[in-house]
Amino acid sequence: MAYSNKVIDHYENPRNVGSFAKDDPSIATGMVGAPACGDVMKLQIKVNEQGIIEDAKFKTYGCGSAIASSSLVTEWVKGKSLDEAQQIKNTDIAHELALPPVKIHCSILAEDAIKAAIADYKQKRGG
Amino acid sequence: MKLPIYLDYAATTPVDPRVAEKMMQYLTMDGEFGNPASRSHRFGWQAEESVEIARSQIAELVNADPREIVFTSGATESNNLAIKGAAQFYKKKGKHLITAKTEHKAVLDTMRQLEREGFEVTYLDVESNGLVDLAKLEAAMRPDTTVVSLMFVNNEIGVIQDIAAIGELCRSKGIVFHVDAAQATGKVDIDLQNLKVDLMSFSGHKTYGPKGIGALYVRRKPRIRLEAQTHGGGHERGMRSGTLAPHQIAAMGEAFRLAKEEMAAERERITALRDRLWDGIKDIEQVYLNGGGAPRVPGITNISFNFVEGESLIMALKDIAVSSGSACTSASLEPSYVLRALGLTDELAHSSIRFSIGRFTTEEQIDHTIKIVHQAIDKLREMSPLWDMFKDGIDLNTVAWVAH
Repeated sequence: MAYSNKVIDHYENPRNVGSFAKDDPSIATGMVGAPACGDVMKLQIKVNEQGIIEDAKFKTYGCGSAIASSSLVTEWVKGKSLDEAQQIKNTDIAHELALPPVKIHCSILAEDAIKAAIADYKQKRGG
Repeated sequence: MKLPIYLDYAATTPVDPRVAEKMMQYLTMDGEFGNPASRSHRFGWQAEESVEIARSQIAELVNADPREIVFTSGATESNNLAIKGAAQFYKKKGKHLITAKTEHKAVLDTMRQLEREGFEVTYLDVESNGLVDLAKLEAAMRPDTTVVSLMFVNNEIGVIQDIAAIGELCRSKGIVFHVDAAQATGKVDIDLQNLKVDLMSFSGHKTYGPKGIGALYVRRKPRIRLEAQTHGGGHERGMRSGTLAPHQIAAMGEAFRLAKEEMAAERERITALRDRLWDGIKDIEQVYLNGGGAPRVPGITNISFNFVEGESLIMALKDIAVSSGSACTSASLEPSYVLRALGLTDELAHSSIRFSIGRFTTEEQIDHTIKIVHQAIDKLREMSPLWDMFKDGIDLNTVAWVAH
């Protein structure tokens, strides 16, 4: 399969690979997917007191498109409020990376990862 | 070193230059372009003679009679002709067929079609090393079983079935035995005077011949009958009509002649390269050799790299042409059915790569591949949340995954 240049760029130079310390209260983690399906994404966001995502990191087990989708969303969520980040749609990710139809699930997973991280943050704050 | 490096010889092989040279002699006005079925002039006679020479060369590689070789368009057609042809011809005797879950799609899909036509098919499980258990095969045999179809060498993992023993069993029960030998020619010794095989499929392009040509061995003693699947001028003793393609056939003959001549030396050379590759990779943590417990052809090495997804690994190995055991690159997201049939978990099946080595592979290419594999695994595991969890001692089976 031929990958788009943007997928290849994100795959070869992934942005923001890594992990934050889990016990830091400003850090929230979203982990989605399953190894049996061939994709697992872990997205971590660092949220400041104003509710703005200051930083983000990812680790992904999956195909090139899954890695590119998660790399892209780490860039996109930075500087956004939680509400703004919540608005990121898989279709935007798929469009930006020119994903073929069989890879749309990668963009859906990336959207799910953002939502899971935000939910984790809200739960941490609430609890 | 020229990049990319081709390590996908199990998918197809380049045509050997000696074969290509032969092939070009059968195309133009200056060459032998005649129709082998033309009986009224020299052009036809010459073409027919070339076809018969090639038929003998193919027969010689597998110790068969040239009259037992039927030319087809490739192993897929040979498998279709053998299985459908025998199942339909012997259907008065019974309508039960047996194959294994790790067969090539050309066999499995043919079986599926026969099921739609009212036949019943048993798909045998294989052992974790990829071999069919003889006792389980025998237990699956019934009085109405007419055909058993099993492959000689598996295309994904390279394991070699015990065709001799399976042949004895089939013959003792009077069941027609078909063997898909597409991956076996030039790699393992095949002696059809001794093997109790009734039908055997061959491919040109897996053995340094061109694509678009294959053959089916049809045993004469005891005689095996087939119902033709392609009708027309009655070529190939009525079993496969259609004008023969002398350029393809002569090329396949030459390729099989070379295979016979060079098999022993080539096997030794490829075994050394295979060992060099595995020695360079085996010390990486969490790597598994698939089909490791069975006899294998040296050309095919299938390795699972745990916690790394196969398609991304192929992307990281961009200067190396390999294939993923995982079918992710196709529309299906299912992992390899062959590896699943060995009992591999979905994760390991998703993490596998097939390296297949051949005639033109060099030590330098293997060494470069080892280097690139190490770099790729390091990079992808650095990025893999599963690797982190493994390193933290978390058992991934205990995690409640959100399947999608």
